Amino acid sequence: MANAITIRRRRELLIGAILLAVLAVLPLPLHDVYTRNLIIITLLFAGLAQAWNILGGYCGQISLGHSLYFGIGCYVSTLMFVNGHIPPPIGMIAGGLAAAAVALLVGWPCFRLSGHYYAIATVVIQEIAYLLALNWDWIGGASGVYIPFRGESWLNLQFRTDKLPWHYVVLAFVALTWLTAWTLEGSRIGFAWRAVKDDVIAARSLGVRIFPSKMAAAGVSGFLTGVGGAIFAQYVGYIDPDSILSGPLAILIALPAVLGGVGTLWGPLIGAAVLIPLKELSSSYLGSSGSGFDLMLYGLLIMAVALLRPQGLGSLLKRGADAGAA
Amino acid sequence: MLETIAQVVLSGLLMGLIYALVAAGLSLIFGLMDVVNFAHGELMMVAMYAVFTLWQVSGLDPFMLLPVVAALLFGLGIAIYRLLIARALSVRFNKGMVQIFVTFGLAIFIRGFAQFVYGGEFRSITGTVLANRTASLGDVYLPLPQLAAAFVCLCAFAGLLAISRTEFGRALEATREDREAVALIGIDRDRIFALGWGLGAATVGVAGVMLAGFYYVSPNVGANFALIAYVTVALGGFGSMLGALAAGLLIGEVEAITAAVLEPSLKQVGMFAIYLAVLMFRPRGLFGKI
Amino acid sequence: MPALLEIRNLSKSFGGVAANVQISFDVAEGEILGLLGPNGAGKTSLFNSISGEVTPDSGEILLQGRRISGAGPVACAAAGIARTFQVVRSFDSMTVLENVMVGAFARIASPSAAMAEAAEVIDYCGLVAKIDAPAHGLSPAEKRRLEVARALATKPRLLLLDEMLTGLTPTEAQAGVALVRSVQARGVTVIMVEHVMEVVLPLVSRAVVLNLGRVLTIGTPAEIVRNPDVIRAYLGDRYAPA
Repeated sequence: MANAITIRRRRELLIGAILLAVLAVLPLPLHDVYTRNLIIITLLFAGLAQAWNILGGYCGQISLGHSLYFGIGCYVSTLMFVNGHIPPPIGMIAGGLAAAAVALLVGWPCFRLSGHYYAIATVVIQEIAYLLALNWDWIGGASGVYIPFRGESWLNLQFRTDKLPWHYVVLAFVALTWLTAWTLEGSRIGFAWRAVKDDVIAARSLGVRIFPSKMAAAGVSGFLTGVGGAIFAQYVGYIDPDSILSGPLAILIALPAVLGGVGTLWGPLIGAAVLIPLKELSSSYLGSSGSGFDLMLYGLLIMAVALLRPQGLGSLLKRGADAGAA
Repeated sequence: MLETIAQVVLSGLLMGLIYALVAAGLSLIFGLMDVVNFAHGELMMVAMYAVFTLWQVSGLDPFMLLPVVAALLFGLGIAIYRLLIARALSVRFNKGMVQIFVTFGLAIFIRGFAQFVYGGEFRSITGTVLANRTASLGDVYLPLPQLAAAFVCLCAFAGLLAISRTEFGRALEATREDREAVALIGIDRDRIFALGWGLGAATVGVAGVMLAGFYYVSPNVGANFALIAYVTVALGGFGSMLGALAAGLLIGEVEAITAAVLEPSLKQVGMFAIYLAVLMFRPRGLFGKI
Repeated sequence: MPALLEIRNLSKSFGGVAANVQISFDVAEGEILGLLGPNGAGKTSLFNSISGEVTPDSGEILLQGRRISGAGPVACAAAGIARTFQVVRSFDSMTVLENVMVGAFARIASPSAAMAEAAEVIDYCGLVAKIDAPAHGLSPAEKRRLEVARALATKPRLLLLDEMLTGLTPTEAQAGVALVRSVQARGVTVIMVEHVMEVVLPLVSRAVVLNLGRVLTIGTPAEIVRNPDVIRAYLGDRYAPA
């Protein structure tokens, strides 16, 4: 029996495949380094937002401290590479696992908190980690860690001459996060997450185990965020607490999902495609020299989208698609 | 040794009163309508720039400008409620998230605006009568601007308590208790919410003016204080004035003691750790309703 | 008839206010039991104890001889108890089918099997026209049906209906009554909380009347309507036969 859900999920997979193909050829005609960098950063944040979306969107636990998991992914993979000569593709997995472990550790006490109490606890834990990292010399302290160049290769995940390999690394990351979300959305745990988000009491009465469901979301979300962090560290070649473990970064990880539509497959992608270029362009054209005008624009955009499209920008497309189908 | 301990405890107390007042405004708004104002620290920053500007233009002593700035912030609070928050409360989807990100967007906007107008550099007010003076109790020295700030914070708390006994205060309390029912007894909920925002903003405005007497002003000054305010409010229990006061003092003490015993750069780690520890045992804070 | 559910000396108080005092009764396999009483009689509190949402202060609840009181809602759901809520709790970001699938996942791990099961239950509950509609757009009567469908999808032995017929139009209520009868015909035992007697008495085999937290009487509908204590509890002393 072909019902609406099955048809929708097949269509999503098809659109996803087409999008992947388009994104794979997108950078080929664009040789400009600036543009390629912009696309890479946008894709990275699309993936990170999708990772956040699993906990914050589907499961409804609004984490405002996801830079913690990002930072752990960065530190673990970087320190393994710098001090232990372990190739980043392995460090990336280790970083993801470490981030997932910390996400579970954070979730253990925090998932007993509800609503704003949970959100603020996540900010505070991230902030503690930030302050500790600033003061911990073994991991570079406030001055950070430079990643030495050890030769261009996929094993070292270092490419100097061309940004194109990076495009595919990050695209693979986006595909991984998207496929994870797509798979889980249609599975038992995905339904449990959405039930927890909508109504905890009703969910429990139907046998949904609340705490394990939240922990599962935290684990998956933490792992993917950590992997994203490891990729970022290798891409920029330098990490310090301000760039990888800060409060503003935590917000930047969550925002694309919120702008595009929380708890949806396309929301994080749409949100990142709108937000990241806008933010990058406004700070480079309007001057990141501290005029503040870019921040004003950024703030206005967040307020406007939150108030005008509370379901996110993605809902505009959906309405268009429905109208087109009718 | 004894002097050192007294010095640490007293300076923690003075700072704690400021934290408590910043948190009180946040807690008031939350208790009234379940909204966490993520632009609270930025409202304090606005008050600091306002007093800085008025001081430069008029040449008056900053402390004399306190009522003017408080009134300004009261108006700003009402405007924010009418323009943004009332709308955020009326959305049908993702209410909790919309509210967080609207106030968060506002925070970024205000920060950008301050940067745009004043630039990023640190500024300080030097013209108060109290500047660079200290009071001494034996070998314990306390800067007068901080003493004055603590005193004004106490007065502001007394003022908040006095307000809670007026007709408006009772209407506030009734609205807190049962948002739907108050409409039936002729209380205009929207007006109470707007006044609540005015009062919350004026409260943090008072804290900002007093803080400006001894603390530098910059576009980012609010962010740090705001984080402490969220911790204070969550520690005390959202919506509880008494909780904000108690938690503010506790946070001030913990900060002062950690800075003295461990290292100044870790002073916030101590207060955050205390907050997390308390939350393990009381998920809704010290004075929060279960 | 063997007893499916046994309630033994159950007491529960909230903040010093006694909601249930020394309650004991059995529910037979396959019956529809009414749980009646004026507002504040302790009906919903008792429901919350049976569904595991609250833990009784004393006494116990046995399902097929196994103690379930205090085991929590998830364990009670696993043991075969499902419920609806007095104030409807639908998952508003989901469609009707997705809502019911959450229930089906209680017993079934495979998404496609859960979907087939959910579709079957939706059809059975008369919601097939709304199967892909978002839950937040349903009418109150449809939302009540959705809750029943969601609960049935967990394949319960015992279904707790909390004021399922309250606030419906007479036509909707009639349709609701028919649905409850067919649920019973499927072999599911039902306990219905209602405070309007006329609606529920024709439907039940027996009823338990609560008043001020205690069991006032247990009996067949005919016995209940003749009982002077019941009349007094509902209408006050003036109307009680001398």
